[in-house]
Amino acid sequence: MNVHDPRPPGASGLTVRDLAVNYGPVTALRGISLDVPRGAVVTVLGGNGAGKSTLLRAISGTLRFQRGGITSGEVSFDGMRLSGASTSAVVAHGVVQVPEGRKVFTRMTVEENLKAGALGARDRRSAAEARERVLELFPVLAERARQRAGLLSGGEQQMLAMGRAMMACPRVLLLDEPTLGLAPLMAARIADTVREINAQGTTVLLVEQNAAMALSLASHAYVLEVGEIALSGPADELAASDEVRRRYLGIGDDTEDLLGGVTVRRPALSRWSA
Amino acid sequence: MNTFIELLVGGISAGAVYALVALGFVVIFKATEVVNFAHASLLLVGGFVIAKMHPVVGFWAALLLGVAGAAALGALIEFVVIRRANVAVHSVLAIVTIGVDLILVTELTRQLGTEVLALGDPWGSDVLQLGSVNIPVTRIAALIAATIVITAFLLAFKYTSWGVAMRASAEDSETAALMGVRRGRVSMGAWAVAGALAAVAALFMCVFPTPGLDRNVTAVAMKAFPAAILGGLDSTGGALAGGFIIGITEALVGGYQEELSFLGRGLGDVAPFLVMVIVLLIRPAGLFGTKELARV
Repeated sequence: MNVHDPRPPGASGLTVRDLAVNYGPVTALRGISLDVPRGAVVTVLGGNGAGKSTLLRAISGTLRFQRGGITSGEVSFDGMRLSGASTSAVVAHGVVQVPEGRKVFTRMTVEENLKAGALGARDRRSAAEARERVLELFPVLAERARQRAGLLSGGEQQMLAMGRAMMACPRVLLLDEPTLGLAPLMAARIADTVREINAQGTTVLLVEQNAAMALSLASHAYVLEVGEIALSGPADELAASDEVRRRYLGIGDDTEDLLGGVTVRRPALSRWSA
Repeated sequence: MNTFIELLVGGISAGAVYALVALGFVVIFKATEVVNFAHASLLLVGGFVIAKMHPVVGFWAALLLGVAGAAALGALIEFVVIRRANVAVHSVLAIVTIGVDLILVTELTRQLGTEVLALGDPWGSDVLQLGSVNIPVTRIAALIAATIVITAFLLAFKYTSWGVAMRASAEDSETAALMGVRRGRVSMGAWAVAGALAAVAALFMCVFPTPGLDRNVTAVAMKAFPAAILGGLDSTGGALAGGFIIGITEALVGGYQEELSFLGRGLGDVAPFLVMVIVLLIRPAGLFGTKELARV
């Protein structure tokens, strides 16, 4: 990575350009381009196997763990190239992922999990501050500090996974299906926390199957289908589009609007063509 | 009764030394999922450096050099061999370590020839008398030193960033990478620590009542292997328990071999492996090892 590269104008935030990823002979992503402007919440929707987690792995540089790799295209953050960099370098640049399925270190205590989250922090001295902020965000983690993470409930584990990532003081937080398998009430709490984290200045890229939740949080959305971007646009327009409503929100054209009763305008969105 | 106490103290002391070696096995296995068959050669190198350097720089400096040398060699093996080997199956790497072991042991055996080297330790052949019980001072020194080293290791493993990174990486290396943990560093650190532990163990395997460092030390070191296995290859606590079980078993069986002569001679050498087999029959993952769980 060349730090001395002059930053291209307007390259603030996380950008993915023409990204293609293979796992051996299998193509997982093709021609993916997306932008996560600084300070925004952007969501990527899609069903199982659409390539959502692969996209996050490509950004974080963990494809090699699955024997995959980027075949073309590039990922950059604030004009600096992340693709090709090591995962620790990506984390050091402030791009931190909360993996799908939470992946807390079950054999370690809550406290130790948070400590692990601070291992790759840009600034080790700020670990105490980060810890304070995390415990403010998730008070339950302070109560459970000495418990083994494996004994927490699913929702608490999700909070721990997010808290752990926040220990690294991320500039961009990558969330992989944070509400997966959680009760609706807990999912709503997680959504509130994402909002709060964003309000405190962290950019968020949210990958979800729970489209209603994701679209309510995000300003911009992309829909991923079998490794390609099928649709994209402002989140409220996507939430209003017939196609997204039918396929991801489970709402027929004539059912009552469950999205807060604001949507009437339903612009026809053209299919993504790149 | 006196014999029993003498044997027991000797066994506990030997067990503490085996525990040092077994801990090294476990640390490497946890960090890299490699069963390190080159461990005995790390130990031999540590002992060799101490033996060669003590007439020059004195015992304590030689001990430091031995520890540093074995740690450096461990790190080097990781860097040159383990890290470059891009293999999907970790058992292949285990076989690679057999090759590394062969090379190192062959060279050291050539250097040693038929010599038996003294390690220049300050305890010599002093014997401590407690009533009618006689205990070599070296055994007590071994027990104290091993306790200190093991305690320091466990505290570091529990509380330092290195320890947290090690454990996180051992539990889930992909997620640990997402925390910014560098796998190469963790694994190199593990090999270095294992080397350092092995060098300390080497010292106490070569002092009185054993004659000194010779080519057979590697065979002694291999007894720590059943210790690590029966404790559970991925459990530091298991390594300690395993070390003591093997040390005590060996001492008692060896000490009472007259009474056990119907089983044949040299049972003391076989006993550790017998114990290992029996434990594995009952608990296939070792005493404290993690059971393999299939994901549902």
